[in-house]
Amino acid sequence: MFLYILKRVLATIPVMVIVAIFVFLLLRLTPGDPAAILAGDAATPAQLERIRDRLGLNDPLLTQFFTWMGQLLRGDLGVSLLSNTSVAGMLADRLGPTINIALMTIVISVAMAVPMGVIAAWRHRTWVDFLVMSFSVLGFSVPVFVIGYILIQIFAIDLRWVPVQGYKSPAEGFGAFFSRAILPSLTLATIYIALIARMTRASMLEVLGEDYIRTARAKGVRENVVLFRHALRNAAVPILTIIGTGFALLISGVVVTESVFNIPGIGRLTVDAILARDYPVIQAMILLTAGIYVFVNLLVDVSYSFFDPRIRY
Amino acid sequence: MTEIPTSRHSAFQVLTGLFSLPAGARIGIGPMIAAVILVVIVLAAVLAPLYVPYDPLSMDAMARLKPPSEAHLLGTDPYGRDTFSRVMTGGRVSLLIGIGAAVVSVAVGLMIGLVAGFFRVADGVIMRIMDSLMAIPAILLAIALVALNEPSLSSVIIAITVPEVPRVVRLVRSVVLSAREEPYVEAAIALGSSMPKILIQHLMPNTFAPLIVQGTYICASAILIEAILSFLGAGVSTEIPTWGNIMAEGRVYFQIKPGLIFWPGLLLSLCILSINLLGDTARDLLDPRMKKREG
Repeated sequence: MFLYILKRVLATIPVMVIVAIFVFLLLRLTPGDPAAILAGDAATPAQLERIRDRLGLNDPLLTQFFTWMGQLLRGDLGVSLLSNTSVAGMLADRLGPTINIALMTIVISVAMAVPMGVIAAWRHRTWVDFLVMSFSVLGFSVPVFVIGYILIQIFAIDLRWVPVQGYKSPAEGFGAFFSRAILPSLTLATIYIALIARMTRASMLEVLGEDYIRTARAKGVRENVVLFRHALRNAAVPILTIIGTGFALLISGVVVTESVFNIPGIGRLTVDAILARDYPVIQAMILLTAGIYVFVNLLVDVSYSFFDPRIRY
Repeated sequence: MTEIPTSRHSAFQVLTGLFSLPAGARIGIGPMIAAVILVVIVLAAVLAPLYVPYDPLSMDAMARLKPPSEAHLLGTDPYGRDTFSRVMTGGRVSLLIGIGAAVVSVAVGLMIGLVAGFFRVADGVIMRIMDSLMAIPAILLAIALVALNEPSLSSVIIAITVPEVPRVVRLVRSVVLSAREEPYVEAAIALGSSMPKILIQHLMPNTFAPLIVQGTYICASAILIEAILSFLGAGVSTEIPTWGNIMAEGRVYFQIKPGLIFWPGLLLSLCILSINLLGDTARDLLDPRMKKREG
């Protein structure tokens, strides 16, 4: 088991190195000169040259890459071109809101999607099944921000239950946090619920046809025990996989949702950085999100054996 | 079991075979409705210049943010442009981006996937690169690609394509890996057929069925991503109306005039919904095994 985890951790290294190379090349080989952004429109060529020198942009590409990698490995993410503060500090400031909303989203999604999928499979080809599948197809088809605006229109403008936009940390009172975080979380959860419910249903349908389910029912096990203990546990591996791979959707959704609801998280930071071509921030963000994605999927892989004891490493 | 196209068929037979129904298969009412909706939206978008009452770009300072009326079916936007004309015309570019991204991703993914599936040496390297690309969230990669290039139609299509390619590559590679063990491929190798001939004539036709399904999904997701890119300010220039940038411009005026987001949003969602439903139907018809797996 330990050996397997170690192997899996080591396997993520080449992936992250290629992501790093890719991120580095993406920003160096595309048009747009960071020195020009930093210097402003009035800069003379001599000033530009000095700034390029200071940023190391005049060094050969390979030197730049290794300098950058060296800094990364020491935990130094560089300095933002725009605000001139450390990128690591900026990320740390903005991480809180994003993590809180993401956690709330995952809790809502799993809590709603798994029962939805189980019931849809249990009542296969009935109106419940149809309803769940319709929701699931719809969730894939409506852009995240449109869902956000529909929720704002209904719950914030028409019903006035919650504020339209903004963010308060849980430290400022749970009610204040919750009323502002619930709409963004529901917005983000829509597509995630659609994805997980669909996979849960499909996976459950397969398991419910197995002989051991018939046996369990025949020996008089209560139906909810059959569904949630016997069937769901055996159907868990594909569901876990989709929760892991769907995490990329969640990260993408965060970027959009934070713009809709005006939340000062890392999603907004990324969009602002990309539009302003703030290279060090963009690099750090892509690396960070890719790292999170790889890490979450590592956790998912390792957790398989917990849900399915037949899987031994 | 549907007939699985193999290298014995000509390309034409393969393509027509894809759309002929297997014995006993029925197309439900849902996909029929989806097909009708999609055809209506596509025709409405393509023919938009023939029937829309206003030039989608002409501004009218006297008619800013007007509510729906006889003169302006869906009202006007903050520049006095007719929303109905803009939404209908906007569909053209959105659909173009969807189809463009689907065609380019499938073509590029097919080529890379064939190579990865057939040449063991290239496989490891290519798949590691694809895994890494897949680790970067699609939207993030796409906005980075658009923002760092000039925001033109082609750069938006490329930006949407890059994150989709790895998925196509994986699909093609897996099909090729299983097909190359088939007796007819082994026979072709034994007979000394040239590498390109084996790849194109014997292996490629196996990928058509799954690629058509994958292509429809990519088309739907490309339309969605275009909207999101525009929304975040990294889309096609606002001089070309698309569903995405009409909604993006409507953001600020959302509380006064929600129609600027809801009408394009509705058309876009209907369109994506229909494409996805048709994709599901095609998948069920082409590969009954997948139906069982995905429900």
